[in-house]
Formats: sequence, structure tokens, C-alpha cells
Amino acid sequence: MSKRGIVLYLHVHQPYRVRNYSVFDTATDHDYFDDTANKQVFEKVADKSYRPMNALLQKLLDKHPDFRLSLSITGPFIEQATQWAPDVIASFKKLVSSGRVEIVAETYNHSLAFFYSRSEFEYQVKLHQDKIREVFGVETSVFRNTELAYNDKLAKWAEDYGFRGILAEGWDPILQWRSPNQVYRPVGTKNISLLLKNYKLSDDVAFRFSDRDWNDWPLNADTYNDWVGMSADGHSIVNLFMDYETFGEHQWHDTGIFDFYENFVGKWLGAPDNTFYTVSGAIDEFSPVSEISMPNTVTWADTERDLTAWTGNSMQQEALRYIYAMEDDILRTNDVQLIADWRKLQTSDNFYYMCTKWFADGDVHAYFSPYDSPYDAFLYYLNVIRDLRWRLHQNHHTGGLNG
Amino acid sequence: MLGWELPPHNSGGLGVACYNMSKALALEGAVINFVVPYQAEHTGIDFMTVHGATPLSPLERYNLGAYDIYNGRDNSGLGDMRAVQQRYKKFVEKLMKTIKPDVIHCHDWLTVEAGVRAKEITGAPLVVHVHATEFDRSGNSRGGNQLVHEIEYNGLMMADRIVAVSDITKNIITSKYKIPADKIEVVHNAINLAELNDGYKYDETTYKYLEALKSEGYTVVSTITRLTIQKGLFHFIRAAARACEKYNKLVFLLAGDGEQRDELVKLAADLGIADRVFFTGFVRGKQWRDAYSVSDIFVMSSVSEPFGLTALEAAHYGNALIITKQSGVGEVLNNIFRYDFWQEDVLANQIIGIATSDALRESLQRNVHNEYSKLSWNDVAQSCSRVYGLVQKGIVV
Repeated sequence: MSKRGIVLYLHVHQPYRVRNYSVFDTATDHDYFDDTANKQVFEKVADKSYRPMNALLQKLLDKHPDFRLSLSITGPFIEQATQWAPDVIASFKKLVSSGRVEIVAETYNHSLAFFYSRSEFEYQVKLHQDKIREVFGVETSVFRNTELAYNDKLAKWAEDYGFRGILAEGWDPILQWRSPNQVYRPVGTKNISLLLKNYKLSDDVAFRFSDRDWNDWPLNADTYNDWVGMSADGHSIVNLFMDYETFGEHQWHDTGIFDFYENFVGKWLGAPDNTFYTVSGAIDEFSPVSEISMPNTVTWADTERDLTAWTGNSMQQEALRYIYAMEDDILRTNDVQLIADWRKLQTSDNFYYMCTKWFADGDVHAYFSPYDSPYDAFLYYLNVIRDLRWRLHQNHHTGGLNG
Repeated sequence: MLGWELPPHNSGGLGVACYNMSKALALEGAVINFVVPYQAEHTGIDFMTVHGATPLSPLERYNLGAYDIYNGRDNSGLGDMRAVQQRYKKFVEKLMKTIKPDVIHCHDWLTVEAGVRAKEITGAPLVVHVHATEFDRSGNSRGGNQLVHEIEYNGLMMADRIVAVSDITKNIITSKYKIPADKIEVVHNAINLAELNDGYKYDETTYKYLEALKSEGYTVVSTITRLTIQKGLFHFIRAAARACEKYNKLVFLLAGDGEQRDELVKLAADLGIADRVFFTGFVRGKQWRDAYSVSDIFVMSSVSEPFGLTALEAAHYGNALIITKQSGVGEVLNNIFRYDFWQEDVLANQIIGIATSDALRESLQRNVHNEYSKLSWNDVAQSCSRVYGLVQKGIVV
């Protein structure tokens, strides 16, 4: 009889933010990213989240032989950490070397390429696998797409590519009577397992933990342990998927998040029937109970669980159209710097910053952005697109300047 | 209610604000006696009693507008500002013998002396509504006229409560006049949609040349304002020239008149963009509304703008808005571009971005249109009623 287990999966990411790039920079200055600001943000989050949380995770691994977790770490994160906080990379490496921390595959640039260019998407997945091998010396076998954006076609692609597992949101309209606490099989596949986020229990920690208007505030480890236990009852796994930065950045240290999690892990593992699984471990241990179909894309974002925060308005659609329309011209140049810049610009955060849906409701605080407004985000991005076109035109004699 | 102008005899936003605020207050059941410094018919105002304090015509008073910088000349003719204010005060003194107000609500330095006098006579609490200070009118740089400052300061001290039209104005009142912040309530202005939706149809022949340019792909960038130092128009023209360096299908419409007009014309010529800048002179009525309608982008370039009602009007007529961070109206809008009034390259960048991206232009135009129309004068009236309530309950000593 297998133990019931928590599948803890944390997503680690920091984008390269585009600076306030003016039309007067276009065709003049090809440096799009604000190194000073990006470094500042990185160092701030490193102090608030990466350093203390990695210390806690190491402590939990040392203390509890059954503690395990999975991480997805994006290319832009690894590059920035290598540059500005090598000790953070070292501490991640140490976690991985325990053999109980699995790295999950994804697009190198945390992009939405799957929806715009299959060839570019596949290239970024491979690029990420190579980077993970280079830095951590491990292979990846389970895939997650940016924002957990998932559909049946993606599952089929992942199976064909050779992945054993894939992650998605356990969204009620899809699951209906079924529980997210089981392993499923994507419809039309044979060899790949689907793990679905238990969003209620995940979001209790990720979003509600410090919300004083929440009925269950303040949440303590005993209560949460009871909830997870009740949810797991009669099932095999509980998939707790969230942003890594939940710990220390979204929920600050003074909310008690670190102590809470340490206590919770201890309490959960205090029961002999309980354990933690990595994503592969859960797939090894449990066979899929049935098929799940998601013909339409489902994400882990917002109440709508869709991509509208990235692709919902005309500015976002234009920006995405422009960047992917350049693919052939850019790749043909073999210009390493140009190609790298183009890939950085595909990072989904760039499009998220252009989202107006909260602005329309007047709920501007629901959204985090380094820019004054979504219009500024689009404006700077557009000026960068023009500079990319200019570089193509000027240095490689391809493409037109149109606009 | 002590004011300086009401439509149609107004030279700007103060009259519009007073009119709409009074109307909404009257709908809430307030009985209003509104004093203006001139004699004229106010057709369509049946919700309150309008009193004319002097025998001057509105036209004679135009040179003594709410927005003119007081030049300090005190030659005691009836046409002189101070003399009109004295007449106005005398009239209010007399009026206070026949009516007994529960609250005295006065607007700006023009009427605040009369307000203080009315308070002395009746003992009724005084609400001073600040639409603009002398710092705003003088463009903040020179600080303005000392006598006006003293009148403002005295009025703010004597007020039981102060209403400021924006946080920007509240900050000026606390920082420059040293009035405690808890005496001041911010009540943003609003827009009267019913008045704008009166069957007006855009007439494409009013600005026929601009329409022809538009059909050739030009973008019309406008500002509709008094051409005066407060409005930051030198920066606007220089930004226009910077934008034209990078993108040539732009034209700029400056609708309005003022003492800076000649200098602005000269600056445009010096910068080599004279043919891109259109000066209409003073516009009213249809010409004024058509100026908004022909325009794609509306810029409020003010150095110091307590509120800036014209931005809401521009939004109504479908413009994308670019507003300085020094303009109060920006506090009630999210779907706009902002810049500091001196950032000419930032403004140029924003103008080009909107002009060269349909997605950006349409997003800004559509989203601000959804936003501005939620700002209602009824909410302003309710906020004023709340202030009156606070005053009457004697919470303020």
C-alpha cells in the first residue's frame, strides 16, 4: 500500500524587464533591458525569498528523509542569479544534489511560444533542458508550460517529445465530480501522466495566507495539516503547486510563512502514512485512474483560468504578432546577440504588463508591474520591436521597417 | 453659494463646476442663493436663485476672469478687479440681511473675502472651495501676487472646512499655506454627460484642412486651453518638434487664446514646425466641441492644474489622453499616459507611440471613455453635503 503524499511543486522565475525604452532610443541604442533595476529586484527577492526559503528547504531535507519537492527554474532566472547572486544558484544546486529535489522542464524563456510557433517552442524546451543539465547535472522528464497553460494538444506534444508527465490546473469545470488528488491520463495519450493542481489548498498558502479579511486567518500549521489530511483522505496525492516567491515575497517573512511551512511539513510527516513525492515519484507510484480532456487552454491564472491577462487585449495581440512574425528573419541572421534579445522579449511577463483588465475595473492594485501603466509597457515594447526591425534591416538586410 | 461665473457667461471650468455642483445639490434638496459679480440672464437655471452683485455686464467682467493673473493695478475704477470684489462683498453683506444661510460656500480667492464677511454677519459656517490657488495661476514659478496670497491665506484660515478639487491642490494648501490636512476634504470634479449628449453632431467642415490631413494618415494632437504660463505650452511645442523629428504625420492643434500666443507662434517657427501647429484663437460652442472631435490625442501639459475638466471632455469626444503628473484630473483616471510637465522627450515618445499603433490608440480611447463617464456630479454633491454636515454638527472648531 502506497503512502499518501504531498506533491510540492514551486515555480522559480524572474523576468528581464524592458527599460523605459523611448522612440529616441530606437535605431540608436540596442540595450533594451534595465540591468540596474533588474539587479535591484533580483537582489531584493533573493534576500526576502530565495535565500531564506532555500535555507528552510535544505533544513527540511536534512531533517526529514521523506521530504521531497519539485522546482521549475526558468532560463532568465538562472542567468540573472548566475550574474548577480551566485550563492543562490549554489544553494539550489545543493538542494538538487540531495536527490530528492526534481527539476521540471519548461520553455527556457518562460514564453507563450507553444501558442505562436511550435518550432520556437520546441527549441526553447530543448534550450532549457540543456541549461538544467549544464547547471544542475540532471535530466528532466516532466513538463510544465508557462502559467500552466495546458490543453490536449500540448499533452500530445509532450508525450511525443518523450516526457512522462505534465502539470495542469485542477479546475472544477473540467474535473466536475473528480478529485484533483489522483493521477490522470491526458485524452489521446498512452505514456504520459497528468498531475492537477489542488488549487484550493495551494491558494490557501499562496494567496490567502496573510489576508486578514479571510475567515480562516490566521492559518496555523495544525489546521492546514488537517485540511490537507481531509483532502487526501481516500486518495493518493495532494498537488500543491505555487510560485516559489510565495515564500518571503508574496507572503512576507513577518506573516510567519516560513515558520508555518516548517511546522506544517513536520506535522504532515509526523503521521506514518504520510510522505512527500516529487512529480516523477508520484507518477512512478500511481497509475492514472482515468482520462481527462481539456480541448481549450486552461491556466492557473485569475478566476477565469485562461490567458486573457497575457493575450486578452489588442495591444498584447499586436505585440505577440510582431515578435513572432520576426522569427524566420531573426533566426536566419545567426546573430547571437540579436537572437538572445528576441528570446528575452518573448518572456510572458512582457505581455502581462500590458494587461488592462484590472485597469478597466479600477482595481489597479490587483496587478504588479514595473511600469506606470499597461500603455507604457506596450509603448516601450513597441519601440524595442522597431529597433529589432531596424537591426534586421541595417545589419542583415532582411525585413522591412514598416512602422 | 458665492461664485464668480455661471454658464453661459463663463470663461472656463470654474463656472461649469459651480453650475453642475449647484444643480446636483439642489436635486438633493438644498436651497441655493448663488451670487455672481455681474448682471445677466441665466436661462435654464431654475433650480436656484442667481443674484447679480454689480451692474456690470458679463463681457465687461471677462477681463476680470477667474483665471486671469491679478496684475495688482488698483486704480479704483469699477472695471478694476479689487473694486468689483468690494462691490461684490457689499452686495453679500446686504443679502445676508434678507437670507439666513445654514452654510456659506465660496469659490476661490475671488469671493472668499465676501465669504468671510458673510460668516462674520450670520455666524454660519464657511466652506472654502479651492479650484485653483495663486501658485497654480502663476505657473508655480514666481509664486504670483502677494496680495492674492494674503486673501487666500486669510480665507483658508477663516474657513470651517476646505474643499480641494484634487490631492495636488490639497498638497499645495498644506505645504504652501500651512493649513492642517485634516481641515481639507478632497472632492474631485466630475462631468455632466446629459449636457454633452444634447444632440451635438460633429461637423467635419469646421476643421476641414485637418480632416484632409487625417485622411492622408496624419494624427491630430490637440490641447484646448488658455495660452498662459500655467499650461506648460512651451514644453508642449518643444515636445511637438521632437516628435516631428521621428515621425512626420503629426499635426498639433492649439485651441484657445491667451497672453502667450505670440510667443508660442514664434517658438513653433523657430523650431521649424510652424506649418504643423494650428492656432485657432478663442473657441466657443460648436467650434470648441469640434476641436475635441477632430482631435485624436488630447494633451494636458499644465505645470500646475488643480483639476482639468477639459481632459474629461476630451475623453468624451473620443481622445486618447496624455496628462502631466501635475494635473489633478489624472488622480481619477487610470487609462491615460502621464508625464512630468518638463519631460518633453517622454511626451514626444507617447505621442508617436499612439500615432503609430492603432492598438494603443484604440485601447486608450476606449478604456478612458469607459472610465470618465463614471464620474458623477451627484457624487460631488453628496461629498459636499457630507462636508456641510460636518460643518454644521460643529465637529470642526
